[in-house]
Amino acid sequence: MSLQLQAVCKNYGRHRALSRITTEFPAGRISVVLGPNGAGKSTLMGILSTLVAPTTGTVLWQGQPLVAGTPMRAQIGYVGHEPGLYPDLGARANLTLFASLYGQQLAPAALAESLKSVGLAEDLEGRLELPVRAFSRGMQQRLALARALLHNPALLLFDEPSAALDPTGASWLAGHLQRSREAGRTVIVITHDLGLAATIADRILLLRRGRLAMDRTLDAPMSEAELRTLYEEALRVAA
Amino acid sequence: MLPRESVSVPGFATQVLRIAAKDLRIEWKSREILLTMGYLAVVIVLAFAFAFVTVGGERLSPSVTSGILWVSVFFSGTVALSRTFDRERDGEAIRALLLTPIARSAIYLGKLLGVVVLMASVEVIVVPLTAMFFSAELGSHLLWTALILVLGNFGYAAVGVVFSAALLRSKSRDVLLSALLFPLVLPVLIAGARATSLLLDPKSADLGSAVFWTQFLGISGGIFVVLGLWAFEPVLSGD
Repeated sequence: MSLQLQAVCKNYGRHRALSRITTEFPAGRISVVLGPNGAGKSTLMGILSTLVAPTTGTVLWQGQPLVAGTPMRAQIGYVGHEPGLYPDLGARANLTLFASLYGQQLAPAALAESLKSVGLAEDLEGRLELPVRAFSRGMQQRLALARALLHNPALLLFDEPSAALDPTGASWLAGHLQRSREAGRTVIVITHDLGLAATIADRILLLRRGRLAMDRTLDAPMSEAELRTLYEEALRVAA
Repeated sequence: MLPRESVSVPGFATQVLRIAAKDLRIEWKSREILLTMGYLAVVIVLAFAFAFVTVGGERLSPSVTSGILWVSVFFSGTVALSRTFDRERDGEAIRALLLTPIARSAIYLGKLLGVVVLMASVEVIVVPLTAMFFSAELGSHLLWTALILVLGNFGYAAVGVVFSAALLRSKSRDVLLSALLFPLVLPVLIAGARATSLLLDPKSADLGSAVFWTQFLGISGGIFVVLGLWAFEPVLSGD
């Protein structure tokens, strides 16, 4: 269940946000997309999530052209730097709502299982009706992950998922991403966090000014310092 | 657990109702919008009541009274429209919502339905208040008046929801919404005020003309809803 991009370009008026991106995001791997601000990472995420249409080029999902619409969106789980939840609703109401939009009834046992899977079962005991805005940022992010996993998606997209997490939360997130990889999902993470990237990445892609400056599969785990060196070197070569 | 290939998306009507129910549930928790709308509508009616105070209890003409009613309905409706996408903007819930497999048109109609219910709730207070202050015979064709108001709500909200979505990320959306919306919904205001004024005078009620303006309101509302369905997705995606 891989996702392929073939010569994908995206223009906003005269500005070219992405230029002829060709790559593949294989299933059962974590692909990390790095790049400085304005490199086109958010545009790439928009295209991968079907919310933005490429100007030219093709996106293939499981070998077929990706068509934005219900069947494809049902296979996508998305976690951004904002939780993507309704802050005035409680955890139960949020998860029940989103489950219902995916055609699921979230029974109490399923809700408990969902919360347990993201390590929130104890934290939210007796607090399921509290508005989400009252939760810590880390708890909101865990709940966002529970929301993204409700429909058991094949494609998991993360956009700066560790932006508001403390080191413990980031470490927990890394563990969860690795479990998603083991479940056979196609996992794509866009981040500035080189520490997180070094911990989880099977592949590193580097975007610079809309172009793919590096696309490397890692044979062995890399330290954050090694990744930083690689990142800076690739940016220097691309410049 | 292996990622699943598909989910069973709820039916279209269910999608619409879930979006509307979600909005109304959030509103019911704080009643912030409803109270603001009600307060504004009452203040407008009171302001006109003091401005048009007459010696000896002389009644205002039906066209003035119906104009006052519709002005209060429209201005209070703007409060609902300007806040209807706030719930999606907070915490970036809009992205999570757009990535669910439900139809964009269901989001539009759900939002529309939520706003119409809020406007109708305010009218439950404003109509008797207008009748009381201006000695209007609103009770003689109560169901017809209610139908006119509901049709007017649909026409007004059909345009307003599209503009509210378009201004989702605009800082000056409150000002822009009124400036953009009012010129476009003038046909609804004119038809609603004309139909209501014809029903307000029970002795010489021109029911034939009232039928015409009611039909006009229904048809213009229907056209606005169709245009809204057509415009909503491109406006929301901004692509």
